[in-house]
Amino acid sequence: MRVLMLGWEFPPHISGGLGTACQGMTQGLAHQGVEVLFVIPRAMGDEDKRSAQVLGCNEVPIARFRRPSKAARGAVDGRRTSQGVHADGTTVVEKVVTRKAGAKGSKTIAPDVPVETLLELLEIDSPLRPYLDAEIYEKVVTELKSTSKTQEAASEQPSEETRISSETMEAVRELRALLQPDLASSVDAASPSTPQGAQYLSFSGQYGPDLFAEVARYAIVVGEIARREKFDVIHAHDWMTFPAGIVASRISKKPLVCHVHACEYDRSGENIDTRIRGLEQLGVDYADRIVPVSHYTASVLRRRYGAPSDKLRVVHNAVTHNEQIEEIRWQKNIEEPIVLFLGRVTFQKGPDYFIEAAARVLKVEPNVKFVMSGSGDMLPRMIERAARLGIARSIHFTGFLRGPDVERMYAMADLYVMPSVSEPFGISPLEAMALDVPVIVSRQSGVSEILKSALKVDFWDVDDLANKILGLLRYPALSEQLSEEGRDEVRRIRWEASGQALKQVYAELVP
Amino acid sequence: MNFVVFYFEVHQPSRLRRYTFFDIGVRDQYFDDTENARIVRRVAEKCYLPMNDLLLEVIARYKGRFRCAFSISGIALDQMQQWCPEALESFVRLSKTGCVEFLAETTHHSLASLFDGEEFDLQVKRHSQRIEKLFGRRPTVFRNTELLLSNEIARRVEELGFEGILGEGADHLLGWRSPHLLYRPEHCESIRVLLRSYRLSDDLSFRFGDQGWSEWPLTAEKFASWLHALRASDPLIGLFMDYETFGEHHARDTGIFEFMRHLPAAVLKNRRFRFATPSEVLSELDPIARLDIPHPVSWADHERDLSAWLGNHMQRSANEALYSLVPFVRKAESEGHSELASRWRKLTTSDHLYYMSTKWLSDGAVHKYFSPYASPHDAFIAFMNVVDDLHRRLKRAAPSRPVLVS
Repeated sequence: MRVLMLGWEFPPHISGGLGTACQGMTQGLAHQGVEVLFVIPRAMGDEDKRSAQVLGCNEVPIARFRRPSKAARGAVDGRRTSQGVHADGTTVVEKVVTRKAGAKGSKTIAPDVPVETLLELLEIDSPLRPYLDAEIYEKVVTELKSTSKTQEAASEQPSEETRISSETMEAVRELRALLQPDLASSVDAASPSTPQGAQYLSFSGQYGPDLFAEVARYAIVVGEIARREKFDVIHAHDWMTFPAGIVASRISKKPLVCHVHACEYDRSGENIDTRIRGLEQLGVDYADRIVPVSHYTASVLRRRYGAPSDKLRVVHNAVTHNEQIEEIRWQKNIEEPIVLFLGRVTFQKGPDYFIEAAARVLKVEPNVKFVMSGSGDMLPRMIERAARLGIARSIHFTGFLRGPDVERMYAMADLYVMPSVSEPFGISPLEAMALDVPVIVSRQSGVSEILKSALKVDFWDVDDLANKILGLLRYPALSEQLSEEGRDEVRRIRWEASGQALKQVYAELVP
Repeated sequence: MNFVVFYFEVHQPSRLRRYTFFDIGVRDQYFDDTENARIVRRVAEKCYLPMNDLLLEVIARYKGRFRCAFSISGIALDQMQQWCPEALESFVRLSKTGCVEFLAETTHHSLASLFDGEEFDLQVKRHSQRIEKLFGRRPTVFRNTELLLSNEIARRVEELGFEGILGEGADHLLGWRSPHLLYRPEHCESIRVLLRSYRLSDDLSFRFGDQGWSEWPLTAEKFASWLHALRASDPLIGLFMDYETFGEHHARDTGIFEFMRHLPAAVLKNRRFRFATPSEVLSELDPIARLDIPHPVSWADHERDLSAWLGNHMQRSANEALYSLVPFVRKAESEGHSELASRWRKLTTSDHLYYMSTKWLSDGAVHKYFSPYASPHDAFIAFMNVVDDLHRRLKRAAPSRPVLVS
């Protein structure tokens, strides 16, 4: 069994949990004897290749793309046309000099290769990732919106910028050419009454020069890889890779698995980017199997995207065990017990419920310190709310923590609380548990589905949350129980199990 | 002669309400009586009433040749009296047949035998008085909570005047010895132990309705043939189980009632076999050997030890907190605050600790089945909050000052 796996990042170059999760999955699959070819937009060369062959799109030379003629599209299917292009293109590509990292694309072009055939020369740098800090995410989205406007305004005057952009647009047109005939019918067949497929088509012309263009370029390069490589199934992680997965599936006629680590509603609440949502819908409609990271996410996919239950297969994430981290024991320098919130201070993470519960706890146990670590759009309001409740003295706001500070913070805490309103999975409680810290998680998180040695609350039930915080602080046997059993439980949550579950999903699709 | 001894345990705990930290010192209702009433009525309807009727029918049909024993915890008696007196009346009818023996236990299905001898004696005596009043005969055979038994417990029970005590025929206790004989525990002079044949008992109480079991479906004839296979030198067959096996653990549609209706005929076909109650067995058989039970053995979970109630930090610390109140309870009781003492006793019921078990594997499913809580941790928090509140009330009612003896 060989899998063409499409992801946006891979350790050590990661910005969030997605890359780590992908690596864990490849390890779990390797354990099951499944071979993985992992494609990321840009490889730096030092990726961990022990469990998967890692290929960057920037390393893949791309043949000249020809739009299939109308006759070809009508008479022959897209796959054969593409193969023709490939055969034609390979001869060209073989002359291409591999691009040196850091060099400007235009300077390294082999003289006999037409510029527009070398999509690898386009700057490939991924600005948007899942599990991204909310602030950065907002900034990126804002930039995307403004640049796409600038783009329109500048299109009158040809410049280097627009030249690249016109290539992008060509690539997008190629993607559309590949997708369009099938897309319409697949969307119709999957959910005839939902207009999202059509929505995708209507906004596809608005790809900005950054992320959305890159998503398209990635799809094209992956299409090229799909033509050359042999594999049994395609596995795409989150919306950025869904178009690529569809292209690869169209070209190779192999089944597609779309893995959903987070969807747009988890990241943005109701203020969603409709283009991202559109790509998610496309993946949901087109995939042969959809793999959400939790039953919670599965229910969101059913409710918001009309994902059919018979295509959904939940596979929970696991923990990558880092022995070094487990050895950290930070000297706590204050006497009072510390109750910790660590994460983005945004609506989805429920920081307000943490503050309200803190106020209730402090009424009966004034000698407790509450710590809110992280940044986000709700932080100013949280500080004001704490002040208004008269508990500012007992709540500390550390701001965004990085690297070892995160682990130190966990290690200092007597209790970790994750009161998330909406959490597809939520790896942080597992990190806390690995450091012997007892945890309280909301039942509205994916991780609560697999955890036994954790206290669970409904995020809105502030009284219950306060009661459980007090129970933990007051009755030491409970902390002991949770930290002992929690540590063992986390050790048992292994990627091997996720790999096994994924292999079963593949087996359903591969005869 | 082989004696088939059926013994059924009837018990319902007083489940706690969701008692939070903020209720401490404020709310004095500990128990979820809506839920307790609902459950005892449901169990009466599904199990106690139809099964009692079936036993009455079988006893009448075999003219005294079918016999069995019960013990009913004091809490279960309370609950029936309060919420479904017809169930209690039906047990009284059974007692009047003369074919049913009612055994002694603790009033509160407690673990007092392990932690407070004085409290244990008190709970046992009160329970025996009550059984005598209700069913007309003072019990002579004792069954401890969850079949807990050790040399020490047996000795204490002997001193209370009992002739026999039930125990678990656990492999680790018996080794090569047969569970089908009467034994005398070490350090005891007269009391005899009747052991449970756990394989045969569990065939009914656990496996009967399991369609994945190789012996499914189990017919009365098949089960009787297993009993008949026992030699005459294995005279005692202890089939001890929760009464809820009938109609509650195994629903009516598993055929458990029909099984019991036909079992007596199937068993009595072989004239070597008789049904008997525990005290009848004691009058027929002599103990064959001494049995050393240095550590308490129970019928619970795979381990057959105390780990179902005292297996983790939470359980041990909750139990410690509970028994640390004993001096306050004694004092309050002596000063006429019997209501607070009776609340405390309701907390001694072993079920409260059982809900806190964190055994996740095979037995975890059983624990979860019985627990009203979402998790063992929730059970612990509610229990500890209640103990905390009761502690405060006891201290307030009977402040501890030096007592002047006149």
